[in-house]
Amino acid sequence: MLARATPSTIAVRVRGLSDRAIAWLFITPTIALLLAINIFPLIWAVYLSFTNFRANRPNAEVEGVGLRNYQRVLNDADIWIAMQTTAHFVFWTILLQTVIGFALAYLIDRKFRGHAFWTTVILIPMMLSPAVVGNFWRFLYQPQIGLFNYIVSFFTGIPPSSFEMLGSVNLAPWAIIIVDTWMWTPYVMLICLAGLRSIPDYIYEAAEVDRASAWRQFWSITVPMALPFIMLAVLFRGIENFKMFDMVMLLTGGGPGSTTEVASITLKREAFESWLTGRSSAFAIVLFVAVFGLANIYVKALNKVKQR
Amino acid sequence: MRKMTKALMGMSSALLLSTAIPGMAKADELTLCWAAWDPANALVELSKDFTAQTGTAMKFEFVPWPNFADRILNELNSGGKLCDLLIGDSQWIGGSAENGYYVKLNDFFDKEGIKMGDFAEAAVNAYSTWPKGTPNYWALPAMGDANGWFYRKDWFAKPELQAEFKQKYGRDLGPPQTWDELKQVAEFFTGREIDGQKVYGAAIFTERASEGITMGATSALYPYGFKYQQTAGKYDMDGAVNSPDAVAGLEAYKALYKCCQPPGYTDSYMGEGLDAFKSGQVAMAMNWFAFFPGLYKDEKVGGERIGFFVNPKQKVAASTLGGQGISVVANTDNMDGALAYIKWFAQPEVQKKWWALGGYAVHNAVLNDPSFKASQPFAADFLVAMNQVQDFWQEPSYAILLQAMQKRLHDYVVADQGTAQEALDALVNDWKEIFEDEGKL
Repeated sequence: MLARATPSTIAVRVRGLSDRAIAWLFITPTIALLLAINIFPLIWAVYLSFTNFRANRPNAEVEGVGLRNYQRVLNDADIWIAMQTTAHFVFWTILLQTVIGFALAYLIDRKFRGHAFWTTVILIPMMLSPAVVGNFWRFLYQPQIGLFNYIVSFFTGIPPSSFEMLGSVNLAPWAIIIVDTWMWTPYVMLICLAGLRSIPDYIYEAAEVDRASAWRQFWSITVPMALPFIMLAVLFRGIENFKMFDMVMLLTGGGPGSTTEVASITLKREAFESWLTGRSSAFAIVLFVAVFGLANIYVKALNKVKQR
Repeated sequence: MRKMTKALMGMSSALLLSTAIPGMAKADELTLCWAAWDPANALVELSKDFTAQTGTAMKFEFVPWPNFADRILNELNSGGKLCDLLIGDSQWIGGSAENGYYVKLNDFFDKEGIKMGDFAEAAVNAYSTWPKGTPNYWALPAMGDANGWFYRKDWFAKPELQAEFKQKYGRDLGPPQTWDELKQVAEFFTGREIDGQKVYGAAIFTERASEGITMGATSALYPYGFKYQQTAGKYDMDGAVNSPDAVAGLEAYKALYKCCQPPGYTDSYMGEGLDAFKSGQVAMAMNWFAFFPGLYKDEKVGGERIGFFVNPKQKVAASTLGGQGISVVANTDNMDGALAYIKWFAQPEVQKKWWALGGYAVHNAVLNDPSFKASQPFAADFLVAMNQVQDFWQEPSYAILLQAMQKRLHDYVVADQGTAQEALDALVNDWKEIFEDEGKL
């Protein structure tokens, strides 16, 4: 059946407006909204980053400070430590989520009995609010009554109240990585599953005819063809985890000490606790440029993989 | 019918608007903003008298402590009209005075015959004045408070523990008088099984996000001799903030944390400390006097089971200041009503009732009353504490000064990074940079 073409004269009938005019009529509110809530704040933040403005001193004179805020941000050892902490989280969460997510997708794709039910079960953590997840895991990690310590104790024999997941400098980062992985692996799994389901069956059938082993099929067909999807999942999770805030805030608040203080928490403290609005704007711009730059490089690599 | 529908729609719109715009103050109504805690409930009760006498309805906006500063300072910074009256932290006075958020009350006090000499001197200095040491008043002292201690009197009274303690330390098991004794008592209880539960020595403040660990650690630092400056009014911090005494104080706090804090209390403040005590986990806990009336009334741990003591001294007697003054928000649409409330609140009779209801009045008519010390089991300790309080910087830049201290203390005490000397040296450098930016150094 042929689709019916839109009558070319329809726009003329709407009070003499052209198609282009109607298009603009519909798009303008969206563009205005985008400009108001995305572009304008960005430009304003760039402006503030060159000033000594403090939001808690609205009556004080705002003076231009040139590049001083950027100089302070880039020379601040604490900020670099926060960036390293962020990189640590991004690396480990992406690695774990990708490996486990892909493995789960691979298993689910086998379409075993009850696979639909298990898919739904696996997706549950992703559907919960981060606030709920944060508080839930805070209880689980509680050294005296938390289930997590008892499970570890059951398998290792270490007394439950002898270690603190959230209070230990060494364990707290891993406590957050575990929760983020638990929550967001299903998301990676879904994207990978879409990738696996997009591989046509005839390719595997041809491989069977050529007597390719299952291992060979996996590395020569499954992985390369699912790779653009895996890379897309890595991109999404990478950008999200670079901005990781709620989970860390709820679980450790950046502590103990500054052990889990990721860049977004440092930024919040500079902006809304110390009220260094100008300096925090400079920090935000630095973060924005870093994420934007890295994402661009990554997207180019992703496009190359897709074109292969 | 159509007219009736229109009228109904108009009325409902007006009703909707009047409830939907929080900043819209009515002339016969006042909104008082404060933190959500026990004394706030007492103030609601007390304010019923004001409404009865003046006909002015009172609305209350109580914000939970963890969000209190964020919420209210955002309100002030954005020029909001939510609060007509504000009971704000003592550290806010400087910034609020300089930014024009609070009304200066000198002329009003003079006109109404309200004398600051009628209130405890330490409270007036801490909760009302800016710049410090000058007779410029931005608030009326409303809620005196200091950091103190409470303990399980019933555990301390157990004969077998008394005997064991005496044999070990050669003195009676009782409320500690010094920080050294405090650690001994805390260690004595830690790991013991009492009433079928493993217990710990002391619950202390370790919270990182707002002000917790600073308020806790300064309870050790001040008694050991920590000072903010060498010379009052100057910013010569080297040798004061990071003096050997200050280092010893910080080490003492960390030692107490390491030996005797219950597991999992790595980010704990008021609420967590109360929980630890009420659930029978700890023998002692630090917290603000404001919570003591509620604790005394507690069915499980209050009454005869609880005892109170002032923050132990070491080289000097000192307590960390809490508490707040009540200010008129400059942005109010009901200035007369707000000032009328201050005038009413300043009356000695109202202050007496305020204390009776669970608020901490610092009016001399209350504190100097011969019956005051016996009026509550913690009243005498409160008097002692209020006479030895020390306060954090009250600079307009207090927030950033506080954040720096929070970080350095938490890094050292909880996260085990570096030494006490390094933490305090780093703090001096942080504070120097802040004061340089402020043009004060």
